Amino acid sequence: MSAAVGSSDVVPLTGRRSTRRAEAAFRWGTRLAGVLVFVILGAIAVFLVVKALPAFHEDNASFWTTKTWNPDGTKVFGVAALLFGTVLSSALALVMAVPVALGVAIYITQYAPRRLSALLAYTTDMLAAVPSVIYGLWGLLFLLPHLIGLQLFLHHYLGWIPLFAGDKGEINGYSKSILGAAVILAIMILPIVAAIAREVLRQVDPAQREAALALGATRWEMIRTAVLPPSRPGIVSGIMLGLGRALGETIAVALVIGNVFSTSWKVLPPGGNTIAANIANRFGESGALGRSALIASGLVLFALTLAVNLIARWVIYRSGTHERSSV
Amino acid sequence: MSTSGAMQGALSSRRLPRWAPLAVVVGAAALSVATFAVTPLSGVADLLVVTALACTVTLTVATWLVEGRRRAVDRLATTAVTLALVLTLIPLGTTFGYTISRGLKRISGTFLTHSMAGVTPLSPGGGIYHAIVGTAEQVLLASLMAVPVGLLVAIYLTEYGRGAFGTAIRFLIDVMTGIPSIVAGLFVLAFWVLALGKGFSGFAAAMALAILELPIVVRSAEEMLRLVPAALREASYALGVAKWRTILRIVLPTASTGIVTGIMLAVARVTGETAPVLLVAGNNSFINTDPFHGGQASLPLFIFQGAKSSSNFDVDRAWAASLTLITIVAVLFIAARLLTGRSALARR
Repeated sequence: MSAAVGSSDVVPLTGRRSTRRAEAAFRWGTRLAGVLVFVILGAIAVFLVVKALPAFHEDNASFWTTKTWNPDGTKVFGVAALLFGTVLSSALALVMAVPVALGVAIYITQYAPRRLSALLAYTTDMLAAVPSVIYGLWGLLFLLPHLIGLQLFLHHYLGWIPLFAGDKGEINGYSKSILGAAVILAIMILPIVAAIAREVLRQVDPAQREAALALGATRWEMIRTAVLPPSRPGIVSGIMLGLGRALGETIAVALVIGNVFSTSWKVLPPGGNTIAANIANRFGESGALGRSALIASGLVLFALTLAVNLIARWVIYRSGTHERSSV
Repeated sequence: MSTSGAMQGALSSRRLPRWAPLAVVVGAAALSVATFAVTPLSGVADLLVVTALACTVTLTVATWLVEGRRRAVDRLATTAVTLALVLTLIPLGTTFGYTISRGLKRISGTFLTHSMAGVTPLSPGGGIYHAIVGTAEQVLLASLMAVPVGLLVAIYLTEYGRGAFGTAIRFLIDVMTGIPSIVAGLFVLAFWVLALGKGFSGFAAAMALAILELPIVVRSAEEMLRLVPAALREASYALGVAKWRTILRIVLPTASTGIVTGIMLAVARVTGETAPVLLVAGNNSFINTDPFHGGQASLPLFIFQGAKSSSNFDVDRAWAASLTLITIVAVLFIAARLLTGRSALARR
């Protein structure tokens, strides 16, 4: 950034007392807005904890290891299955989305002609603009029926991997499964990871690229040796931000996941559940303790996404690039 | 290196003709179609996968034989990133395409101007006027809360916040961006509905949406304010204008196009948010224009409930509502992009 751009260090001379007062009032006004950010985040943490406490106290089973959810009846409930499903579906989504997102980012920054590059960047950003409820509706009525072929393929040829095991009769049909949720999540985080990777790749010094090409590197060798290494921290943090988004995604997952409480590794048969989807699906029928239990599970989700986001920010701050995308 | 071309020491080694990739794609597609015609293989998706695989393998092997290993790897990488782009465009095309085709079957003037009052799930008719009103009021209220605060925070961060407090706020805004929307909804539920004992309402939903909108506004506005040249500020100071007046009269107007773009993108983001609305808006099938009292409907919530319903009439209505929602969001999104192109600062 050149010296001419950005806020100035120069401070105007202020003469009259009324001007000084107005200046102080304005500065304190903006500072107060900053304090409000502290207050909001603090209030989120405090109120979630306070309203989750009854659930922790009245749970008749261990909150962390129980795989059922019956807070309003037997008061037996726990997040084990939910946490498992949340992490498994998000991890699968990352496995699918990251290679594609990096490929798109590399294509847009390194291969596409300049004009096409801008157009493609807009177009892939549009994927992030689609509301999650529309992804859910589309996933339920368009994607799931179209996934049956892939599910049968994975089961038939890769069934020896525990992930793709299961009873063929269960798989051979329209099923709300972990796989369906993971594919939807992959589509939803793809534009986020791609946008951040794109910004990071764009910032590589052109001199580095030209030097590699001048030494006789092919285009791919240039990308591998000159473009990707300096971009690694930015890309890693982009992936972590995508993971944070996947963990917390609610509505789309709520519509395509099986709503089943288990810690099964099988992603093809009907089943699966996540913390966020469980909140969306159970909220309507929950009583007082049920709501408290859902808030408790939300607190777990909050902590989980917070940890993932903090790691992402830490990677950026440590690398010193301070890349911030608006997505 | 091991190819005869390089061995001969010529400056230009043997290359595949320029038309080779296109020829391979056409050939592979034709071969795949022929294979699918005679074997039990079927399905459009399978055909595309087989064609893509055939192209990749043929091109890589051909390049290896003619141009050598390094060029073959390069060609493989080119093919892979191109396929990644195609893979990204498929969900984009099918979400928009399917939503538009399903939505157009049901949408009408009546649908947009009537509510669901007295319409049961098992009957046709009804509309989404009540949901449009709800969404408009909730997003407007959320923006009335988030935009002024967001702008003030952004001004603080660019113009005043140099110390530890500024760094801390910048960090917290980053953290806030990562809050899942359902957690924002749970917070308003815990705070407004459970702790304060207020009822479900459009305003409660607006508060949750404001929490999600605030960090987006702050970050985009901060970025735009930073683009305003320091010379503009200094010129204003030199004329004896106080700092706060300089910010309001010089800095903000200069960055205004970019700030408006950021606000529009933030509004587009929260318009489609379902999770917080689901928890605290309370829903309603009647028109409720008062966001402060009683449950209120919203477009995303209407779609969610239609998607969960077993009635085909509900599903059709959900698709028509999706078309409405996706149109609103896309218009905001495209308008924001067009505005960016016109901003003097963005071109710098």
